[in-house]
Amino acid sequence: MHRRVFTALLGFLAFASVAIGCSNGSDPPRVTVSAASSLTSVFQVYSDEIGADARFSFAGSDQLAAQIEQGARPDVFASAEPDLLTKLSRQGLVGRPIVFARNSLVIAVPEGSKIDSVSDLAQPSLDIVIGAPGVPAGDYAREALDRVPRQDAILANLRSEEPDAKGIVAKLISGAADAGFVYATDVRAAAADLDAVAIPASLQPKILYSIAAVKGSDDPDGARQFIAGLSGDGPGVQLLEGAGFARPAR
Amino acid sequence: MKARWFGLLLVVALAASLLFLTLPIATIFLDTSPGALIASLGDDQALEALRLSFYTSTIALALIVAFGTPAAYLLATRRFRGRAVLITLIELPLVVPPAVAGIALLSAFGPNGVVGGALEQAGVRLVFESAGVVVAMSFVAGPFYLRAAQTGFEAVNPSWIAAARTLGASEARAFAQIAIPAARAGLVTGAALCWGRAVGEFGATLVFAGSFRGTTQTASLAIVELFGNDFDAALALSAVLVALSAGLLVTIKLAARLPASRTAGR
Repeated sequence: MHRRVFTALLGFLAFASVAIGCSNGSDPPRVTVSAASSLTSVFQVYSDEIGADARFSFAGSDQLAAQIEQGARPDVFASAEPDLLTKLSRQGLVGRPIVFARNSLVIAVPEGSKIDSVSDLAQPSLDIVIGAPGVPAGDYAREALDRVPRQDAILANLRSEEPDAKGIVAKLISGAADAGFVYATDVRAAAADLDAVAIPASLQPKILYSIAAVKGSDDPDGARQFIAGLSGDGPGVQLLEGAGFARPAR
Repeated sequence: MKARWFGLLLVVALAASLLFLTLPIATIFLDTSPGALIASLGDDQALEALRLSFYTSTIALALIVAFGTPAAYLLATRRFRGRAVLITLIELPLVVPPAVAGIALLSAFGPNGVVGGALEQAGVRLVFESAGVVVAMSFVAGPFYLRAAQTGFEAVNPSWIAAARTLGASEARAFAQIAIPAARAGLVTGAALCWGRAVGEFGATLVFAGSFRGTTQTASLAIVELFGNDFDAALALSAVLVALSAGLLVTIKLAARLPASRTAGR
């Protein structure tokens, strides 16, 4: 009996190791990339495109920056808030950051929602989700809200402060919330379930993405290659545009 | 000779386990000065989060004990068809990843969930509410108590219950006055583990109830938010949580050692 359980366990382990081993190609550049969660889908496609064997860690940029400050060493860090990278660069933890994309803030609502302007968010008993303070998606949303005349009524509707943009999208798709502040690209990626309500230019914060190689990485060449493809006429530029990101203004 | 290498192996294994399990927790305190620890208690966000953690986990624990104790007694004392299946189902939340637990709770009790709509009509809201935190905690922590309580009741000598029944005690009375005091150690240990798991709950709470200061942001959620903004504050709040948990664990272990006569007798 015990032997049979043991054999089964052994079989399972063998299967698991084969399954894991399959993704272990050794030739293409292998880079570990920490990236803002709003870059999730576009970076995955991009890494396939350039044939990089990238391992990603997607989360709120503030969390990823904190990990690097605490000694984590990915090869590349892409942040939805350039200040976070500038700070790391000043500490000598990353190389010179490059701004590679622009995004805009929208109000995401479930399909068929009656909300269609910022002022609609002030209606009583709405459930609105936002990024937590310090999380870029949250800071940008607060920046926009600061310029709204009736912001108190909107702030009173806030129900959850999520650790990253993905969390906000999830709350909307699951039907838990009525509206959320996310990036235009997040809604585009979830177009089947969500609609975007535009935020007027007068309220728009300036949302830039920057990227840098992390110092002390094992694969500086792979990192350089990954970063290079995101600007000029690299393959990443078109993909970013296709996903709804804009080119950074010169 | 043979016995000696085995004994050595055991000691090495224990030493390795001990080092691995205690080193990270010890370093939390090495990295925090007592001053910073106390200062963090003056921080509104940390304080609010600790208060919320305390009262939601206490309510969760009360609910779990109230429902779990009789349920575990039934599982421990009766043999029926499908009992093994039932036990496995109850254990399932133990092995389900917390985020999955959160999604499961949403699909059951969320606004679009199977019973969520009916709850909403009855005026009960869980998502984005402190009550949702209690639900998430109860879901992930409940099985810890049920398992320990069941094991505790199974260890009670059935002849004691039988003797009490022969002497005319009703089953309810035998349960309350014989079984519970006799299974005390198992119940208390289960409650402690369960409480610890409830306080530590993170993933299911975030997915199901959300994270908002004063309403749903428990200490575990606040630590993750602070980690991005202010590492020292996150560390200090972690240290507070470790100290409180350790304190509770020790108190409860000591309580479990009290002689039965003192807790049971009248």
